[in-house]
Amino acid sequence: MSVNEGKELRIIGFLCNWCSYAGADTAGVGRFAQPTDLRIVRLPCTGRINPLFIVRAFMNGADGVLVSGCHPRDCHYSEGNFYARRRLEVLKALLPVIGVDPGRFEYTWVSASEGQRWRSVVTSFTEQVHALGPMPGFKSGTSLDMCLCHLDQPQVR
Amino acid sequence: MASSIDDLKSAIKKALPELDMVIAWAAGPDPLSHTPLFITDEADVERIEWDPRCSQNLAGYLPGLRGKKVGIVVKGCDARSLVELLQEKLIDREDVTIFGLHCTGAVDARPVRKALGSTRGLESVAVDGGTARFTVAGEAKTLPLAEALQKKCFTCTGADAEVCDHFIGEHGQPPQVTETPTTTLEELEAMSMEERLHFWEDQMTRCIRCYACRSACPLCVCQDHCAAQSREPHWVDQTDHPREKLMFQAIHALHTAGRCTECGECERACPMGLPIMTLKQALNRSIQDLFDYRAGTDPDQAPPLFEFREEEKNIKEREW
Repeated sequence: MSVNEGKELRIIGFLCNWCSYAGADTAGVGRFAQPTDLRIVRLPCTGRINPLFIVRAFMNGADGVLVSGCHPRDCHYSEGNFYARRRLEVLKALLPVIGVDPGRFEYTWVSASEGQRWRSVVTSFTEQVHALGPMPGFKSGTSLDMCLCHLDQPQVR
Repeated sequence: MASSIDDLKSAIKKALPELDMVIAWAAGPDPLSHTPLFITDEADVERIEWDPRCSQNLAGYLPGLRGKKVGIVVKGCDARSLVELLQEKLIDREDVTIFGLHCTGAVDARPVRKALGSTRGLESVAVDGGTARFTVAGEAKTLPLAEALQKKCFTCTGADAEVCDHFIGEHGQPPQVTETPTTTLEELEAMSMEERLHFWEDQMTRCIRCYACRSACPLCVCQDHCAAQSREPHWVDQTDHPREKLMFQAIHALHTAGRCTECGECERACPMGLPIMTLKQALNRSIQDLFDYRAGTDPDQAPPLFEFREEEKNIKEREW
């Protein structure tokens, strides 16, 4: 068990290689103090992000997901983030219906030079997720698990 | 409706020599739901049935029959699926001959079977005014529409096939259902986030992963390349866990986002009666607000996730 168990939450960051990943690096090079809950996945572009990455992250127990890319009109591939913006907005409608608090998912734009801005995004998003606490999990397991747990009850046995 | 079925048969007879096949409905093994009928021979035209039992959306067969000259009979909601297929260029307009009808509502076989007790000898089903009328073994029975119709009919946005070559019968309004039961979406809205998760957990525990929802969906056109079957990436694993089943429903909802016309086939096909169209309805509601777009209304429009605007009118980005 990690020493941070109970103190840290699992926040996944999907960052574009050209802006936000470099922006996070700028923040690191500038030695800005930031929360350490975020685990970063580097992608070529926010346009590469399938909204299912985010759903899968939540299903696998993430407590929050942050997506960050180049500012609109600054995309390295000129239009990836425009498509991403539409997809992620649609995803925002799905998450609350399946029981994921809308505060657990955000997307934003941070450029390579915006180290300070990256720090404030990470800090405020981490605070926001901490205010919501850990993501509630599923109560039951597989159907087999459920059968086995019923076996412990004498009337079934 | 008697006259419109005769008109339909004569229109199909007239068009059949030019076509490879016409898809319509005929009486099937279940007295409460008619089955698809693939007509290549004029003699089969007489078997056509048209009443509220014709619930299956036949548009789903069209992408698989691409390249053939096909005639198809559609209700209002089926026509919207067909328009969506045209928008995505999955079918060719010149190859399809559309026979449009005015739909008075489609019966939901499960609750009706329960309410009627026995469906043996069911002769006719009709919807007029606020009631559904059934004739079972010579005896007339009525049910209020709220109990007899499919849930999609309560929110019907157009009972007439808007895009068609031959419109049969008279145009009319969607069924006027009073006292509709609360929808699953409304029930969910009253719940907390954790309750919603557990609601889906309970529902998905009942899911048997038969993928009938996918097979019935007219827009699930990936066939053998479905993300749910892919091993690399492995989106959904084989464990019988509600999490994996909910993940599959999220895949289905997101893959039909901006495309789903709410034809209700996923829910109708579900053997466990799970309210899975709710996810698609929620997405559609948000897509209407964001992009002012309704799927399946205009054959010349592109679906919203196929394109973008540099300045999005309705997207408010978060200020950090």
